Amino acid sequence: MVEFALPRNSKIQQGKTWPAPEGAKRPRTFKVYRWDPDSGENPRVDSYTVDLDDCGPMVLDALIKIKNEVDSTLTFRRSCREGVCGSCAFNVNGRNTLACTTYIEETDGEVKVYPLPHMEVVKDLVPDLNQAYTQYSSIEPWLKTKSPAPERERLQSPEERAKLDGLWECILCFCCTTACPSYWWNGERYLGPAVLLQAYRWIADTRDEYTGERLDNLEDPFRLYRCHTIMNCTRTCPKGLNPAKAIAEIKKLMVERRT
Amino acid sequence: MSTSDRPLSPHLQVYRPQLTSTLSIFHRITGVFLTLGTLLLTWWLVAAASGAEAFAAAQWFIGSWIGYLLLLGWSVALFYHLCNGIRHLFWDAGYGFELVNVYRSGWAVLIGTAVLTVVAWIAGLIAL
Repeated sequence: MVEFALPRNSKIQQGKTWPAPEGAKRPRTFKVYRWDPDSGENPRVDSYTVDLDDCGPMVLDALIKIKNEVDSTLTFRRSCREGVCGSCAFNVNGRNTLACTTYIEETDGEVKVYPLPHMEVVKDLVPDLNQAYTQYSSIEPWLKTKSPAPERERLQSPEERAKLDGLWECILCFCCTTACPSYWWNGERYLGPAVLLQAYRWIADTRDEYTGERLDNLEDPFRLYRCHTIMNCTRTCPKGLNPAKAIAEIKKLMVERRT
Repeated sequence: MSTSDRPLSPHLQVYRPQLTSTLSIFHRITGVFLTLGTLLLTWWLVAAASGAEAFAAAQWFIGSWIGYLLLLGWSVALFYHLCNGIRHLFWDAGYGFELVNVYRSGWAVLIGTAVLTVVAWIAGLIAL
């Protein structure tokens, strides 16, 4: 259902302000979304000021510095700190991206860090991704075959392998899915750009022998066709991929197999 | 605690407006506005068919400043929906998905809407 306003328990309140460290030469303020499940209070935005001369270059460096040195209660996911794990996906200054590959220098003014949009919040910057993962498993993201297994591996020509470029690189950070207004309003039934890009990754794989069944599973007014080519997904992907294009390819295959 | 007490993270409230989503929502808004404009057009045609007095009333309303304002809005909606509809046709055929082309075609739609609206109004006012 389309609900433009936030529910009563989700409205953001004034938060705490932590002062800049003494003698900071290049202070920069980070406004960070906070919600403590044990407090019973509404979410708030806390304000931290970090000296950039004493901090790594990325937004994730600042968050880690805040957690280590200022406020250890700040909670967020992070792991690889180099853009391959997809854990530190947040909304930074109004756009979804990976904190570990976003330079502080390339953001304007106060750096606002919020959880991925329109998701249930577990704590602070940690959204509940269960629904997205369930949707991912629903497209059966593995190679499926009908023919008996060959003696050695199933072969692919370089050209066939090239069809997977731009698809296999997805790290499932769900920046695109949570940037999509269609997913905001119909996320319970619409699969969203990340999962549809993955669906196409297996449809496009020449070794996979379940293309027809995969298309059958997607042929649904909600699962696939809630995509209205808004293009927020492609605009925001921190890996430079094109989920909208992959979805369009699925739609084309749907039409082609009918004619 | 129950997980149902979890807050919903902010979405429209924090997501930065950008050409992609803005043009998309305008496509829908202009679609709605076109439907309303079609009602106005139907009323005008029905009035023309039902007699001189009714037609004069319809003409008077459409010729008033509020009528002109509605017609201006309707023509902008028409040309925007037309141009952006053609953009959607290219997407449906699988073309124009690279981000740079999405932005180029987006600006082209806005410029096309402005040019077509101005040309149509100049032509219309000269013909009056």
